[in-house]
Parts: sequence; structure tokens; C-alpha cells
Amino acid sequence: MSAVQPHSAAFKENARAALADAELQRALRGGGEGFVERRRKAVANLPEFDTLRDEARDIKNHTLDYLDLYYEHFEEKVRVNGGHVHFAPTARDARDIVLDICRRAEARMVTKGKSMICEEIGLNEHLTANGIDTVETDLGEYIIQIRGESPSHIIAPAIHVTKEQVEADFRRAHAGLPADRDLTEPAALVREARGILRQRFLAADVGITGANLLIAETGSAVVVTNEGNGDLTQSLPLVHIVVASLEKMVPTLEDACTILRVLARSATGQELSVYTTFATGARRAEDPDGPEDYHVVVLDNGRSSMIGTQFQDMLRCIRCGACIDHCPVYQTVGGHAYGWVYPGPMGAVLTPQLIGIDQAGHLPNASSFCGRCESVCPMRIPLPRMMRHWREREFERHLSPRSVRWGLGVWEFIATRPRLYRAAVNIAMPLLALFAGRRGRLSTLPFAGGWTGHRDLPAPQGRTFQQLWRRRRRRAG
Amino acid sequence: MSRLSAADRRREAVLGQVRRSLGVRGDEAARRAIVKGRIENHPSCTIPKRGRSAPFKRIETFIGMAEAADATAARVRHKDGVLTALTVFLRSRDLPIDLVHGADPYIESLDWRHHKEIGEHQGPPVPEDRVSLAKAFAGVAETGTLVMLSGPDNPTTLNFLPFTEIIVVEANDIAGNYETVWERLRAQMGAGNMPRTVSWITGPSRSADIGQALLLGAHGPGNLHIIVVG
Repeated sequence: MSAVQPHSAAFKENARAALADAELQRALRGGGEGFVERRRKAVANLPEFDTLRDEARDIKNHTLDYLDLYYEHFEEKVRVNGGHVHFAPTARDARDIVLDICRRAEARMVTKGKSMICEEIGLNEHLTANGIDTVETDLGEYIIQIRGESPSHIIAPAIHVTKEQVEADFRRAHAGLPADRDLTEPAALVREARGILRQRFLAADVGITGANLLIAETGSAVVVTNEGNGDLTQSLPLVHIVVASLEKMVPTLEDACTILRVLARSATGQELSVYTTFATGARRAEDPDGPEDYHVVVLDNGRSSMIGTQFQDMLRCIRCGACIDHCPVYQTVGGHAYGWVYPGPMGAVLTPQLIGIDQAGHLPNASSFCGRCESVCPMRIPLPRMMRHWREREFERHLSPRSVRWGLGVWEFIATRPRLYRAAVNIAMPLLALFAGRRGRLSTLPFAGGWTGHRDLPAPQGRTFQQLWRRRRRRAG
Repeated sequence: MSRLSAADRRREAVLGQVRRSLGVRGDEAARRAIVKGRIENHPSCTIPKRGRSAPFKRIETFIGMAEAADATAARVRHKDGVLTALTVFLRSRDLPIDLVHGADPYIESLDWRHHKEIGEHQGPPVPEDRVSLAKAFAGVAETGTLVMLSGPDNPTTLNFLPFTEIIVVEANDIAGNYETVWERLRAQMGAGNMPRTVSWITGPSRSADIGQALLLGAHGPGNLHIIVVG
């Protein structure tokens, strides 16, 4: 399955299949709440957390306002440290640039750190199609690579896979190892993967990582991992390529500290991830290890056009995944249902921008607007508001189904005419109460069978909101 | 047609669109001054109280946070005690008393003469090395983090290749917070300059990617032992 071919248009069918998938449901129950609880503890342990969120938001807002100039500074710093910065307007440009660097290095094997941007541009498929053996080294990414899947979570890519499935996958993929080996314990699986991937690290000609941050002051790319795979990827091969998206920039080392203080706590509930690595240019003349050749590929892919629009705030996203962990929709259907690279609330906002609202229109609709995503976002991104913007665009562009458009049209006609609205409500309310009978609940409704199929509608009791409002004002006045 | 290379055209396409979206040209003196000022002054945001404690409390916080991140730690009064502490640790774990280290003068000046039982060699590690020894540039109390600089003194792969790493840090080098360490690095290397790799290390390597069970030693070291000197 290719990571780049979106199937977000089939969200409804995907979601239905996910709900019926017992194995997936078991995996989802095993994971989600753990993240939520760990984050809660980490936040409780840092009284300054909310202040840091405000500051982190302000840092990114400032950076976006001066983004062109910070890139100029960044480029210069990378250059004087023996590296190269490449700008890629499109996913295709980014793939071509990376392939070109690999070809110049006569690379036969590439190791990769975890990178959502590489998923976005479909890099693995491209390199493999061009005869370069491309190996994912993050354990979760490695598991889904040998399963031929795409990540279902931006932090825990294999969260949908159970331990038993991993064991079966390893037995299939590592056919050279003794068939009678004991893989029942997770520790044995980790040990086996470590041994297999160690050989790849040592054999690779090029290492490709993503970046959590780029720092203008020093020209550094920051990679955060817990496994250390990103570090072996960038320190053993002779070529290191960083693939980063345009919005990863921050001005200074101090600004990086503030964002790092909210990142790990929001992502995994750790005080800090195990490895936070600042890579700056190629190895120095006196260095005995590290890459001799260093490149940063900066992917735009439509992001520069988000600046100055109602979607600009999304460019503050640091991909911590907190919105995903706290989303009741994601927790129910898992990440694959979203049909492309980015799941959950952040995906519901970003995906329509990157692949088009015509393809991804279901995603911003797959939300109950409960607001948990915004309440936990370390960068204070107003995710529900932006999903609403997408719904409005979908409506304006006549992309919603006719029944939805018709229903919304009728609603708009009535709701924008106060007298008509009052009259309609005064008729409808007693009628609903009448049909509901003594139970006070409606178990079926015309045109809303999908809704009442799973729950009853409580019937209105007594007066309307407007009637109550008027009465209170009269009393107060 | 212009003579811009493909790379220049791509650069112009991206930065040009950024400028159009911002409604700027890119050469405005006022904007440039703001960016220059921000980089030169590099203002700090809020530093958590935990990272601003008194020096004596700092070491306690550092060790506590590192242990919470599954590192182990020992404290010795003087540099002369480092190799004894190291041997005690390796024996307690049934690990080989044989290690690789870099050219750091501090490591070189340890009491090797009196510890002939320790096998050691210098250089970046090879895959067969099971234990590495490195010197930290600094510690950060806030999260129990070690700050490692790459270079001949402490090759970066010492931190990632062997399964066991022992890191020595001077008590005086343990700062409260990250920002203090950056200031120290600027003083040493000049503002805006970095070694090829700066690694913040907080505990041993781990993964929870298999069935959400947290396991140590995913790709990097599964054992991280810290020796605080002073």
C-alpha cells in the first residue's frame, strides 16, 4: 500500500470497517488512554506548563511573520558549516532532490529515521522504485514497513498492531533466523529488531531523518527520538539528509528550549525524550565520526500559501500527537480510517490543505467538536474552528452531499428570520413532546435514522430557550 | 529566460510565495533589524522553577530526574574515584571491564595506572565494543539531561553504538536549565556556532512500539550510568 495515494474520500467506509475489526479495536484499547494519563501527569508536574504553551505559540507566530528572513540566516549557517539547503516547492521536487543526492553518493542502501514528511512525499516508494534499498529504523516504522502498511499515528506508527501480530511479522520477514526461537516476550522482539537493524545501520550509504525543529541562529536541525535510531541514522553513513517541512523553523536555541519543554510532555508524557540531537552541518575536519556530506531539504507543498489565511495557525503544529490521543473519533476508528498520512484532528485540518477538500471533505466533518484537541494542544491551535472553516468551504464549493446542502439551506432560511424561527419552534416543540409521549424520548425521527439508530433523542420539555430568556429579562427589568 | 539554476528557481518559488503571503518584499530594513536583534539577543522564555534551584539542590534534582528516566548514577568526591566507581558498576552488572573512549584530556588524565584491570582503547567505537565512556559538557538538573558535544574528545557514536554507556559529569558543570548551558557553549565557541552534533541524553534508549510495553535498549544504550564528580 502506498503512503501517498490518499483514500480519505472513503472515510465513512474505512471507519465502518475499523469498527468491525476486532484486532484493531483491541490494539486501540491497549494504547490511547496510556498517552492521556501520562500527559496529564507530566503537565501536573510542571506548574509553568500553560505559560510555556502561550510562549511557544508566540514564538511560532513571530517566526512565521519573518519566515523568509529566518530561512536566509539558517541557509547561511548551514553553508558555513559545510552543508547544503535545498528548497522543494512540491512533494515531487523533494523526492527528486533526495534521489539525486543518493545517486551522487552511489547509494545502494538508505536508513531512515521516523519522518512524517517522508511519508507525505512518499519517499520510500520513490527510492525503492529507483533501486535503492530503503530501511525504516524506528521500531514502529520498521514494523509497518514489513507489514506493507502506513503509520496510523504520528508518534506511535504501529499503535494499531498487537504484539502477536508483530511476532508473526518478524517470523515471516526474518526467515533466516531459527524457526524455533522464543518470541513470546516483547523484549525478545525488540532484541531481534535491534540485531537486524544494527546491520542495516552499519551498511547504509545515506541516512535520512526528519526534523522536529530547525534553528535559524545556528543552522541546526533538531531530531527527537527515544530509541536512538535517528542518531545512528545520522552518525554512521557518510551522507546525512534532513527532510523538514517549511514551518519547522524557530529563531534561536532559547526558542527551541521552550518548544522542547512542551513537546515531549504533550507527546508521550515524558519530561524530555531520551535523545534530543542538534545536528549542524557536516563533520568537522578533526571529527572521527559523523557524516561528511550534509543536506537539508525544506518541503513547502502548499504551506507557504497557508500564511495569511484562516489556516495559518496550523503551521504552529509541532506534531506531538496530543490532539490525536485525546480525540474520541480517533480512539474509535484508529488512524488508517483517515486515509492519508495525518490522522485525528490535526489531520482533519491539514489533510484538506495538502490533498484538497474534494478528497478529504469527510475528515473535518468527522468531529463532534468536543474541543478536547484544542484544550490539550501545546501550541494552542484552534483546531475545531479550522475544521469549521473547512466545512464552510466544502459547502461554498458545493462539495457536500445534496441532502446536507438542502438541510443546511432550509435551516439557514429559517434561522436567519427570527419571526419565522419563533413560529416554527413554537409549532415543532409541542409536536415533538407529543410524539415522545410519556417516555420523553424519541427513538425514531424522519431523515435522522442514522442518528437515532444508536440513541434516543430527548424530547423538548416545557418552554423554548427564547421564551425563557424573554421571561428572565422581563423579570430582571 | 533567467539563468537561475533549478535549485535557485525552487528557492525563489518557496521564499517568494512566503513573501507574497506575508505581503512583504524581503528587503525591509525594519524587518531585518527585528530578526537580527532576536538572534543576537536570543531572549529566554519562562524557565521552570525546578530549573532555577540553588547549586546544592541542583545536583540532587539532576540525579533524581536522571534516575526517574531509568539512568543509574553514582557520586564520587574526586576524579580519582571515577575508575573505581566505574569498575564497581560494570562488575555489578556482569559487564566486561573493557571500554572505548575518546581523546578527552579529562578521560586521559584519569587514574588508569592504578586500574590495570580495565581494558580500554581510544577512538570512535566499533560494533564489537560493549561499553563506552564519555565526558559530558554539562548536565541539566531540570530533566536529568546530559549534554554531549561531538568531536575527537568524545566521538558522537560513543553515545549510541555500545549497549552500555558510562558518562562522567563534573558537579560544577551541572546547570539548572538548558539556557545556561547554551550560554556556556556560546562563551566557548562563539555565538551562533555549534559542534557538528550536540546530544541531549535523558536516560537509556527505549521503545514502546511493540504492544505499548516500554522496553529499554531499543537501538542506543540499554544501560546509562552517570558518575557525578565533586
